[in-house]
Amino acid sequence: MSDDHHDHKPTGLGRWLFSTNHKDIGTMYLWFSFIMLFIGGGMAMIIRAELYQPGMQLVDPDFFNQMTTLHGLIMVFGVIMPAFVGFANWLVPMMIGAPDMALPRMNNMSFWILPFAFGTLLSTLFMEGSAPNFGWTFYAPLSTTYGPASTDYFIFGVHLMGISSIMGSINVIVTILNMRAPGMTLMKMPIFVWTWLITAFLLIAVMPVLAGVVTMMLTDRNFGTSFFEAAGGGDPVMFQHVFWFFGHPEVYIMILPSFGIISQIIPTFARKKLFGYSSMVYATASIAILSFIVWAHHMYTVGMPLAGELFFMLATMLIAVPTGVKVFNWTATMWKGSLTFETPMLFSVAFIILFTIGGFSGLMMSITPVDFQYHDTYFIVAHFHYVLVTGALFAIFAGAYYWLPKWTGNMYDETLGKVHFWISLVSVNVLFFPMHFLGLAGMPRRIPDYALQFTDFNQMASIGAFVFGGIQLLFLYIVIKCIRGGEKATDQVWEGAEGLEFEQLPSPAPFHSFTQAPEVK
Amino acid sequence: MTDQNQQKNENSKVVKKLLLATVFMFGFGYALVPLYNIFCDITGLNGKTSDQAAVVKAADIDNNRWVTVEFIGNLNDNMPWKFRPAISKMKVRPGEPSRINYVAKNVSSSSITGNAVPSVSPGQAAKYFTKTECFCFTQQELKSGEEKEMPVVFIVDKNLPKRINTVTLSYTFFNSPVAKKEKSSVSMAKK
Repeated sequence: MSDDHHDHKPTGLGRWLFSTNHKDIGTMYLWFSFIMLFIGGGMAMIIRAELYQPGMQLVDPDFFNQMTTLHGLIMVFGVIMPAFVGFANWLVPMMIGAPDMALPRMNNMSFWILPFAFGTLLSTLFMEGSAPNFGWTFYAPLSTTYGPASTDYFIFGVHLMGISSIMGSINVIVTILNMRAPGMTLMKMPIFVWTWLITAFLLIAVMPVLAGVVTMMLTDRNFGTSFFEAAGGGDPVMFQHVFWFFGHPEVYIMILPSFGIISQIIPTFARKKLFGYSSMVYATASIAILSFIVWAHHMYTVGMPLAGELFFMLATMLIAVPTGVKVFNWTATMWKGSLTFETPMLFSVAFIILFTIGGFSGLMMSITPVDFQYHDTYFIVAHFHYVLVTGALFAIFAGAYYWLPKWTGNMYDETLGKVHFWISLVSVNVLFFPMHFLGLAGMPRRIPDYALQFTDFNQMASIGAFVFGGIQLLFLYIVIKCIRGGEKATDQVWEGAEGLEFEQLPSPAPFHSFTQAPEVK
Repeated sequence: MTDQNQQKNENSKVVKKLLLATVFMFGFGYALVPLYNIFCDITGLNGKTSDQAAVVKAADIDNNRWVTVEFIGNLNDNMPWKFRPAISKMKVRPGEPSRINYVAKNVSSSSITGNAVPSVSPGQAAKYFTKTECFCFTQQELKSGEEKEMPVVFIVDKNLPKRINTVTLSYTFFNSPVAKKEKSSVSMAKK
């Protein structure tokens, strides 16, 4: 078995292509996500450039629609999700004292499917007709009867992504359930491991439903079935039900691991234990369970009966309770702590504040009667960018700064990190905050042109977007600089850091770690 | 080594369970389709009316109340017909069967089979709207230039909630995808 060659570290391209090492695969996931961030971000820049002025400026409407569609798909499936899988690969084995993931070969396969999935998706841009142009939610009949020919490639791409995520989650669950070091009981696991365990179960529950819904689309388009076609007795509204049955747990899949990351970072820089560990675990689980019964709050305007609207409204509001518990616990952890504000902490504090703003606008939209005004306007665009950019993405930045020294053995450039943080913080708010006002004033989403009175706020948003997009190049520079050298990190890296990866492993973490299981008290 | 084998055994046990869960959830995605239809049928949500002729006991008419029924005829995009109700609305007594005609004409140069899909608005009324005879129960074929009267016999249930006093019945005629396919396979065979 390959385990016999402990010190042998494979070299060249083969190291990456055939890798079964959780750290190498984690690295590949993170780089993949980083590259996708720039591709999806580039599309966002095209969208904001077109929206800088009213009237048609740079691109034609069909191309604009392709940009909004692909931007959404890439950011959701190509950036946020792979980045979290990358974190899971790197950290879960080190945090629970396991030598590697439970199923290393499957791990390799679940990563290497991704470039093909996104290659397929992006290739549609060069196809005759057009790339998918129906929005990332691909509502029927836009994506079935009226979808461009390339939609079938999109469907194939989604299938591949689904297979990759399901294999990844199976791996995470098996690793966490079976490979914990002796003494590491479930309730002693770091919160990040807990959030990923729950996320992985969510993925296994809903990715197959997504696969099912795109398969129905495929047979509707090509094999004469009528799942979503009214002419054959199907129902397009049902598409929305099935899609959001996947879609709502999906949004928690994108946020729960970031809760985990933040819960690791805050105690370190507050130099206190995490406040309310077990309530954090239960809150995460409650959010996950509730996520299955709130899907129709995405579709208040389809013409649901009052009873349905009331049920989904109240169930949605209920989610604010466990989320509130989390925000309270983070705040209580910081209370009277010896706080210092290194870059990971700055991103984490910004996460708490800005994610809460996003959560509040979500609560506003959970109220059915007012949602009729906000539905499909820039208000919802503002909402989900607050939770996904200043939420999930900021948590990814925070986590990257926090563990980079452990991964590379070098400290990143703290000054540049702070520059990255402050410019990101200001520009992201200039970018997304005005969208609330645009939405309340009635500007619809997914349009390339708009009425004159929306010009000022759109220009603000566009300027914010260009700065926010541009400053991510600095992050790329910081990461590369940190990998290539810099001040050596100590084994503990941060003064207040706890957990197996900081207490028992050197920096950088060796290629093979915990070949002997550590003792956990 | 035995340790490793034991670990492998335990791992594959969990993997099998999780794969089973994956297959189950894929199936569940499909099961949502009939579940959705049953749910809509039972509750009458979504304006869906039954696609079966109803058998209704006669005489149980509420003579104290009028309900206005409005009629709408729509055509799907690629349907070269003309289609409209003979009258745009009528007043009925709840419980009393009423008959009205829709008129359809094929203005294209070829014979076309269509499917009419009914919808009732407001959605809450769907449960109380039954049809004993309807051209929507079967497919309708019109030859080129042919015009046909299509009858509907319906009953508004006397239990219709009091606050609803207008019900809109709408039909959309679709170019039947199944018939289209059969036809094209026939023409293929001819070649």
